Amino acid sequence: MSDTTELLLEIGCEEIPAAFLTRALAELPAMITSRLATARLAHGAVSALGAPRRLAVIVKDVVVRQPDLRERVVGPPVGAAFGADGAPTKAAIGFAQKNGVDPATLERAAVPGKKGEYAIAVREVTGQDAMAVLPALLAELIAQFPWPKSMRWGWGEAAFVRPVHWIVALFGDAIVPFGFAGVPTGRATRGHRFLAPQPIVLANPGEYEAALRRAHVEVDVLRRRERVRAELARIGAEEGGVVRDDQALVDEVANLSEWPTGVCGNFAAAYLEVPEEIIVTALRTHQRYFTIADHHGKLMPKFVTMAGTIVRDPAVVARGNERAAVPRLADARYFVGEDRKHPLEHFAAKVADRVFLAKFGAKAHTYGHKIERIVGIVRALAAEPAIAATTDAATAITAARLCKADLATSVVGEFPELQGVMGMHYAVAAHGQAVGTAIAEHYMPKGAGAELPTSGEGALVALADRIDTLVGCFAASLEPSGSADPYGLRRAAIGILQILLARASWGLTIDRLIEVAAQQYSGALEVTDTDCGELTEFFRGRLRGILADEGIPALDADAALGADFQYPFDARARARALAVVPAGAREVFKRIANILDDAAGKGLTVAGTVDAGKFVADVERNLWAAFAPVAPRILAARRRYAYDEVFALLVELQPLVAAFFDKGGVMVMDPDPALRDNRLALLHEIRQPFADVADFRAISAAGSAS
Amino acid sequence: MYLQDLIFELQRFWADRGCVIEQPVDVEVGAGTFHPATFLRVLGPEPWNAAFAQFCRRPTDGRYGENPNRLGAYYQFQVGLKPAPKNVQQLYLDSLERIGLDPGAHDIRFVEDDWESPTLGAWGLGWEVWADGMEVTQFTYFQQAGGIDLRPVTAELTYGIERIAMYLQNVDSIFDIKWDKRVTYRQLRHPWEVEYSRYQFEELDAAFFFELFTKYESECQRLLTRGLVLPAYEMCMKSSHAFNSLDARGAISVTERQRFIGRVRGLARACAEAYVKSRAALGFPLLADEQGRIAAEAFAGAAEAGVNAQALAAARAVAPAADAEEAAHV
Repeated sequence: MSDTTELLLEIGCEEIPAAFLTRALAELPAMITSRLATARLAHGAVSALGAPRRLAVIVKDVVVRQPDLRERVVGPPVGAAFGADGAPTKAAIGFAQKNGVDPATLERAAVPGKKGEYAIAVREVTGQDAMAVLPALLAELIAQFPWPKSMRWGWGEAAFVRPVHWIVALFGDAIVPFGFAGVPTGRATRGHRFLAPQPIVLANPGEYEAALRRAHVEVDVLRRRERVRAELARIGAEEGGVVRDDQALVDEVANLSEWPTGVCGNFAAAYLEVPEEIIVTALRTHQRYFTIADHHGKLMPKFVTMAGTIVRDPAVVARGNERAAVPRLADARYFVGEDRKHPLEHFAAKVADRVFLAKFGAKAHTYGHKIERIVGIVRALAAEPAIAATTDAATAITAARLCKADLATSVVGEFPELQGVMGMHYAVAAHGQAVGTAIAEHYMPKGAGAELPTSGEGALVALADRIDTLVGCFAASLEPSGSADPYGLRRAAIGILQILLARASWGLTIDRLIEVAAQQYSGALEVTDTDCGELTEFFRGRLRGILADEGIPALDADAALGADFQYPFDARARARALAVVPAGAREVFKRIANILDDAAGKGLTVAGTVDAGKFVADVERNLWAAFAPVAPRILAARRRYAYDEVFALLVELQPLVAAFFDKGGVMVMDPDPALRDNRLALLHEIRQPFADVADFRAISAAGSAS
Repeated sequence: MYLQDLIFELQRFWADRGCVIEQPVDVEVGAGTFHPATFLRVLGPEPWNAAFAQFCRRPTDGRYGENPNRLGAYYQFQVGLKPAPKNVQQLYLDSLERIGLDPGAHDIRFVEDDWESPTLGAWGLGWEVWADGMEVTQFTYFQQAGGIDLRPVTAELTYGIERIAMYLQNVDSIFDIKWDKRVTYRQLRHPWEVEYSRYQFEELDAAFFFELFTKYESECQRLLTRGLVLPAYEMCMKSSHAFNSLDARGAISVTERQRFIGRVRGLARACAEAYVKSRAALGFPLLADEQGRIAAEAFAGAAEAGVNAQALAAARAVAPAADAEEAAHV
């Protein structure tokens, strides 16, 4: 239809923080798209580009002219808009002026969904050239860009993430004329700060990416990440090992330079006596270095840094980085040495005085209090036979006592992400590997889908730590509201559920966990039945989410959880098996449930004994006759947790139940109380084996969960 | 390059670019930012370009002279450019080249590091500058000091000169740095490190320093009521060092810590406000005569809106035309 051309905006500035750049690249397309939509400028593909010294966007196929606009704006009702003489009232004149039309041209028309007629202004706006609209649009985009932190510079009033030095704004081959922070737009971009500092004049947006690539700037962040990966692979191969994968670090260093170039450095092998995790973390956190493992997975005394430029002699850069690494490694070794001067119990005692959560109150708020509660929970649960069979109580209790001790160590003070790992390293010598493993694993899972504790002891302490926090927070009214979850309670509940799902043989219920945890607060923080009930429901919501993430339809999840969710593994098995139950079968069983609920609500006896002699219709007799041999099969299948069989039997009964309700069927609420009670008893019998397997009452007629 | 030559070169470089070469402040400070040449000069509309080496005490970082990379006190070379010139990054890179860190040979990078001093009520945005993975400079655009928004904005460059000297001299221990041809850093500084580590960690009389802290605080407040801003600020610096000493001694609990920091910040804030007012009363003498009068009038004119708004009004009144025009567009 109309002519289109390409739009390029590049804001050249001083080095943008890596994390901000990542965020900006994610937000930019939607920002420009919404502005172009508001400006009625249709366009094609949008690509956000950027590197430390620039943020850019290219929009393909932007129309060169807005379409003409003819729109009908609804004004006041006719009664208010026109006087008895038909002349526009003051209100109508105001409305007309607001919309830029002559009051005499106001029309009258009915408006769908409203009563009566309304005054209508017919606005006709002639489309403007895109070039007339773009300057203000782009200037505003820059001025309003939502950086997490902005700054001012010089004498200026303008704010941006860092000082702005140039702006390229090209629409086809023309400059979009505007300015920001005293910088006028133009067609000259800049290459790499050191490798190509001269201005590069662009004829049109199409030249942008290639021109910068020639000037040692990879402006496409995805390609820059690829470049980092390629460099890492190259160096790994050269050094006879493999660079340890670290997606987050790749993303960060890709935004720390415009032309990432890998350089390998070495450090003294003697530092490898320090636990690997500390070396990896120290070099990563302070230096953004990657580490290299040999082909057996063992750390090599080498690292890789992504330089931001090409230098005359990479060996010089390598030597400098090696020098920079030494103090980090020396500090790490020093911290480990300091920590090792004391047993872990020494740090446990120090941590005990620290406040865990002040709002728990003076009798419950320290880590010391928390540890006592965790130990209490672990002790109670470890005594349960199913758990005792797989878990050593003494190991679990020792691990519980020491699980937070490493928070007071120097290494964890320096690298908080090593909590648990350091506890493990420090515990092993005095307490053995099992205690160490349990300490490290009690922080697992660290996120959705992350590794679960492998040891029973670790799983037990993990459950205890999380349920203690959950119960305490619900008791202290610190439950999450909306998206705010400052104490990570959703994650804690999901972690518990994931562990329970993986350890079905323990036979732990959610309420048992809550009960044991609540007991530990006795005399310190009041935990009411309401708190516990809310927490139980909180678990239901999280379990529902886990099932949804597995791809189980909400309908099935709700039916399974509606029956019972105390044993998450069992609830999940039922939810999965529900896939075989068609909508028709759900409907008839929902109907049974509703009838029984109604009857119970009226005070009728629903759980009577079925008397076959009282059946009058074939549909009753047939149903009962069919059900009698099925009932033991259902129970047998249930005992084997073979829920697909259970539900297959339910489906088998469907036609007979349907016939019972259909035309030609019987009326349950018969005027004769004897017939009525007998039919209620029949329905009750049929529902009973399924009642705590699936509850279909929640499904609506439309077939979706309520 | 000897350590002292490093200082000479930086001084010469920045003197040639219009900086006053100041001398270190003769009060204990934890960072060059505490120097009145930085903390006070960044306030208000007066331009100011200065550079100086500052002896900085960090009691908690003391390691009895046993750690080759950590010291209880060290030197910063600090440059303050107000307003920050548009090409300040390039000027800075030129200064690195001057001392032997040429970007053609070394990997120089600007890595985000936002700076904040809770005791000074100050913050800024900028970077730590890396040379081959080593942090050689803290580069900050000051946004606020003593709780006052800064306009014009100062660029503060803080060179870690030991770190740079170690690199240039190719030594692995700070103590092996050559100060000049004959004298090493060890000869000059090691006894201090040993004795002050013992003093700060083992011998320092906490009760005495708590008393000092309180006295410096009340003296600062008293001097402010007497209109003696510069001596008052000296008390503020001293109270901050007393706090650092108590902190290193382990005499301040985690919960008390925030309270002490808040008390120092209260002094810094009061000094900053008093300083801007005192400069306004003098007609902002570092501005050209007419400009100073205009700024002082704008400052007085905004009196009801508070010091922050007054400082802003004064700056706007004398901002160069191009910037004023730009301001009108924003």
